Formats: sequence, structure tokens, C-alpha cells
Amino acid sequence: MSVVPISYYLVLSAVLFGLGVVAFVFKRNIITIFMSIELMLNAVNLAFVAFARAHNQLDGLVFVFFVIVVAAAEAAVGLAIVITIAQNRRSLNVEKVDLLKF
Amino acid sequence: MPILDHLWIILALPLAGAAINGLLGKNWPKSAVNSVAIGSVSLAFLAVVETVREFLQLPASQVPWVRTYFPWISAGAFKVNFSLQVDQLTIVMLLIVSFVGMLIHIYSTGYMAHEGGYYRFFSYLNLFMFFMLTLVLAANIVVMFVGWEGVGLCSYLLIGFWFLKQSAANAGKKAFIVTRIGDFGFTVGILLLFWTFHSVDFGTIFTQAAGMPSDTMAQAGVLTAICLLLFTGAIGKSAQLPLYVWLPDAMEGPTPVSALIHAATMVTAGVYMVARMHPLFSRAPIAMLAVAIVGAITAFYSATIGLVQTDIKKVLAYSTVSQLGYMFLACGVGAYAAGIFHLMTHAFFKGLLFLCAGSVIHAMGGEQDMRKMGGLRKAIPVTFWTMFIATFAISGVPGFAGFFSKDEILNAAGSGPRANVPLWLLGLVAAGLTSFYMFRLIFLTFFGTQQFDEHKVHVHESPKNMTIPLIILAFLSIFGGWFAAPKLVGGTDYFESFVHPVFASYAPQPPAGQEESLAGSAGEQGGIRPNPAMELVHAVTGPPVIVGLIGILVAWWFYIRRPELPEKLARSMHGLYRLVLNKYYVDEIYAAAIVRPLLWISTNVLWHTVDEGLIDGTVNGSARLAREAGGKFRELQSGNARSYASWVVVGAVGVTALLLGIWMKVH
Repeated sequence: MSVVPISYYLVLSAVLFGLGVVAFVFKRNIITIFMSIELMLNAVNLAFVAFARAHNQLDGLVFVFFVIVVAAAEAAVGLAIVITIAQNRRSLNVEKVDLLKF
Repeated sequence: MPILDHLWIILALPLAGAAINGLLGKNWPKSAVNSVAIGSVSLAFLAVVETVREFLQLPASQVPWVRTYFPWISAGAFKVNFSLQVDQLTIVMLLIVSFVGMLIHIYSTGYMAHEGGYYRFFSYLNLFMFFMLTLVLAANIVVMFVGWEGVGLCSYLLIGFWFLKQSAANAGKKAFIVTRIGDFGFTVGILLLFWTFHSVDFGTIFTQAAGMPSDTMAQAGVLTAICLLLFTGAIGKSAQLPLYVWLPDAMEGPTPVSALIHAATMVTAGVYMVARMHPLFSRAPIAMLAVAIVGAITAFYSATIGLVQTDIKKVLAYSTVSQLGYMFLACGVGAYAAGIFHLMTHAFFKGLLFLCAGSVIHAMGGEQDMRKMGGLRKAIPVTFWTMFIATFAISGVPGFAGFFSKDEILNAAGSGPRANVPLWLLGLVAAGLTSFYMFRLIFLTFFGTQQFDEHKVHVHESPKNMTIPLIILAFLSIFGGWFAAPKLVGGTDYFESFVHPVFASYAPQPPAGQEESLAGSAGEQGGIRPNPAMELVHAVTGPPVIVGLIGILVAWWFYIRRPELPEKLARSMHGLYRLVLNKYYVDEIYAAAIVRPLLWISTNVLWHTVDEGLIDGTVNGSARLAREAGGKFRELQSGNARSYASWVVVGAVGVTALLLGIWMKVH
């Protein structure tokens, strides 16, 4: 059984992260933006796991758990905000949420 | 020797009076304010009398008597103690200041009886006494300077006593600012004094100065510089040319203030200072000559202005300037004792003249223009007679105080060791002018016909608390000069022999040949011994007396015999008359040459350009920069979530690039 080299994981992680960034910047729907954030988080998780495996260390795995916990908390708070915005604006377009400015 | 060890008591009494009246007296009845003010000054006078009694028992070796109370400033080599000293000169000044001051306090209770700010007036007056006594008692020049500036402050406060009147407030400021010009020179003089002698104590300075070679006319050194700088201070304080302009304006103050500060005491501080610094002045012939010239010219110059003034107090003000000129003339020709003697007699008769003028103004209900008086002789007899005596005294009529002192000054200027004939002539002419304008004042005020409406002006003699000081001062105006009387018949001048130790100590040694000739002439005098009666006749018919009498006669001719003459004369010499009436336009010249350019520079350059443009510009400019930069940067905060997202990405890329860069450098 051959071992998949670490570079494969890292490239995949980078591609996923890049997709997340592009979607994060260009999408207008809040939910989509939210999902792209999750995508970036998980791209980073993949890199962590790959490094942990390659170096035979547990630290990376521990970090992944932290990230998952924080992501869960963030999803809870973020979705609550999304629901509030949707109720008030009847829209999920971020362009229309721009009152908080100079 | 209890009080000689506690000289500070003399100072503490009037200071306490000033503090009590100033802090608590506002709601007190006038009698309470009176008793604090007069009580403190009278106690100070008694303390002075006791000081004199104890001083006279001191052995000569203990004079000057110096007492140090506490170290005041100690900064490296610069050490100043609060120390006071008593010598014969101090004694004379102490007696004049405390006694005349006490009389004027008493007089003021009558004069100021109907004025507001009664407690304030007496508080200032007591404060003035404190500073004046400090000036006189000081044993080093820095303590003297404290008194010097303090009396200037009190002068300012009292000239502007009626500060709601614009002219009075302005006169106060003028006095303070003009005096300050002189004080600048005085301050620099003090610094130079310390720089030269490494001490500010009179005793140390004089001992060192006595060991220094004298400056000569050809070679002026640091002593000359010091003396000229100190004399600048005296010019300002004692209202000499060219800084005399503040004194006539100072007449805006209440009349007792004019009498105490601007006639009897404060303005003579300059003369006292020059006399006190005599060891330095005597070694700086150029400075001496400057003192004599300034004194003589001022004596003559301001006497001419006095000839045509119509305000009774202005005449006396110019007369004061003129008499101070005499004192400086005396100091300048080395006759310090004569200068101090004139200072004393002048304090009596000029203080009296001002108090009488106050009494006249009081009687006339505030009128100061002599042309609107006339014929007051019968209505206010006490004022008339006392003023008449003072006028005789200032005119140098034989037998009155002014005769003795003025005679000594002119003698010293005419035939002393530093005699100067042109200056003697100036002084002589000024003596004639003095008796003319003083008798003009008397004739216009008390003789002739009444120039006012008798039904409107209720002329009345002043109350007792005003007339009694007048009578005492009139007595002194006659007999105050008699210390010198025995000299006229070949005896000793008691005043001069009393202060002689002060002026003999540290006196420069005359060159050997000169000493011999002096001794020779003394022997000659002793040998011949002129007839005392002849001496007396000679003295009372000397040039000063003759000139004085001519002045009186001319005044009589002009204002009693032919009252229409002055107007005719004024018309025929119109240009000259207007020039003198307008005081040679000196105030206008100063305004055009100094005050207005200064105001212009202050307004346009210092205010509008430097302050508003440069300083405000810098402060406001930096604020504007921050505000405008903030205005531009806040537009980043657009409220658009996607633009924030872009910035986050840009930031992340930036940080990554940075880390990558660092990593590449390391490896």
C-alpha cells in the first residue's frame, strides 16, 4: 500500500481554501458567504491533519478539534444573525446591509 | 540693645497693618480701619525712635550695624541673606519716612473720609510703608530691590486707586511701565555688581571697591558701567530726564498719596540709592558727571514747565521733579550729605505743599484749576499760612528749611571739589524759576479776587485731623533745616557731621598733592577765621537768595500788581508759551517715537503675524491635518460587507507574503 505524499493534501487544501476565498469575496448571498467561510476552515483543517499524519504528531489533530468547536459556535451565532437580518430585511443580499458606516 | 537686634519689628508693624486692613477691613467701620492703620504706623515710628536712641549709644566701631535674620536665596555661589542694617544714613531716612508717613496717614483719615474703598486705601498705604522701610533698612542690594519694586507696586496701586476713572488707571500703568524701563537697567546693574564682586552685601562690595583703582574720566571700567546702570534705575524711580513723564500723570492719585509717595518718600529712593552706593559712584567720575548733568538739566527743565501749568497739583509735580534734580546735582558733585539734607527738608516742605493743595482742593469741592480759585486767604487761614510757609521754604528764603539745603547744594556745585560752573548756573536759574512758580501758585490761589461762584462752592476749612499734620509739617519746614544753621556763623553743620561717617568711609583717597593743598586751605581758614557776622551776611545775600527774591518779586508784579501782564506776555510770545504749556510736547514725542511704533509692532507683527499666524497656525494646522486625514480614511468604512471581505483578503495576502519573505530570507 503506497502512501499518498503530503503535497497532494496540501494542494487540495490550497485549492479548497482558494475556492472559499473567491466565493467569500464575490458571492452576495449571506448563506453562501457563510458556507465559503466553512470551506476555508475545513481546508485549513485538512492541512492540519495532513501535517499531523506526516510528522506523526498529535498537536495538529488537537488543533482540528478546536477549530471544529469554534466553527460550531460561530455557526450558531452567525446563523442567528442571518435569521435576524432575513426577518428585518426580507432579503439575504449583503449589498443591502450597509447602514453601519461612517 | 533689644530693638537693634529685632529690626524686623519696624517692618512687621506696617505689614501687619496692611494685612489686617486688607483682609478683614472691608466691612469694618472707619474708626476700626483708622486705628489699625494709624496704630501700626505710629508704633513703627516709636520703634524707629527707640532704634535711634539705641543707635546713638553704639560705639562707632559697630556702625554700620548689620543683622542677618535668615538665608533667603542660596544657589551655588549666589547667596542672599535677609539682612538689615542701620547707619546714620538709614537713621535719617527712617525718621523721615516713618514720621512723614505717620502724619500723612492721619491727614488721610480726613481727606479720604467720604471716599469708597477706605480700607483698601489704608491697606495700600501701610503696605507702602513696609516696602519703603525695607528699602531703607536693606543691608544688601537684593533686599533693597525688593523694597524698590514694592514701593513701585504700591505707587501703581495708589495712583490707580480710583480705577474706574480711565485716566487714573492709565496713569497707574504709565507710572509702572516707565519706571520699569529704569528698573531694567537697575537689574542689570545688580547682576553686574554680583558678577564683579561675587557678593550682594553692601559691606563686602564697598570693602572690595575701596581696594580697586578708581576709574578716571579717560578710562571707564566696570565701576562706571555699574554706576550708570544703577543710575538708570534712579532716573526711572526718581522721575529724572528722560523718564520723568510718569510723575505729572501720577497726580491722578489721591492727594495724600502724591504727598507721601510722589513727593516725600518713594521718588527720593533714587537719591538714597545713589548716596548709599557712594563708594562706587565716587570712583566713577563719568557716572558722577552724568548724575550731576541729569540732575541740573532736570532741575531747570521741569521748573520751566512748572511756570505755566494751571493745575495746582501739576505745578507741584513738576516742582518735585525739579527738586529731585537738585538732589541728584548734589550727589553728582560729591555733596551726598547736602543731597540727603535736601531730601529731608524737601520731604517736609513738599509733603506739606501737597497736603495743603489737598486741603485747598477739599475746600473747593474738587476743583484743581488755580485760575478758578483766588482770594481763598480769608476762607481757609490755616491752609493758607502753612502753605505760605512751605512756599517760603521751597523758595529758599533765609531762615526756612529749604534755604539751608539748597544753599549747600549750590555751594557744592559752585565751589566744591567737583564744582561745575555751568551746572551751578542751571541750578541757580532753576532756583529763581522755583520761587516764581511757587509764588504764582500762592498768588493765584489765595490772593486776588474770587474766580468762582460763592453760592455754588462752599469753601470751608479742613477738619482738625487734616490741619494738625499741616501745622506740624509747617513747623518742620521752618526749623527742619536749622541743623545746618551754625555753619552760617562759622560753626558746625550738625546734619553733615551726623551723616559724615557714612560718606567718609570708603571714600577714595585723593592724590597726595591734592591732600596737601586741602590741608593747607583748611589751615588758612583756621588762621584767618572770618567774622561770624560777616559770614552770615554773606550767606543770606548769596546768589541763590538774590535770585529767589527776584523770582518772588516778578511773581508779585505779574499776579498782584499787574494781573493782565501774564496774558499779554503769553500772547506776545505765543509760540514759546504754547511749547512750554504743552510740556515741550514730550509726551507726544514719546507717543509718536516709541509708544505708537511699539503698539504697531505688537499688533501687526507680534499679534497678527507671530501669534495668530505662526503659533496658532501650527496648533490649528496640526489639528486640521488630523481632521482631514481622518475624513479621507473614514471613507474606507463604507458599510459594504464585501469590501470589508476584500480588505481582509488583501490583509491576509499581505501577512502571508511578509511571512514568506521572512522565511525565504532565513533559508
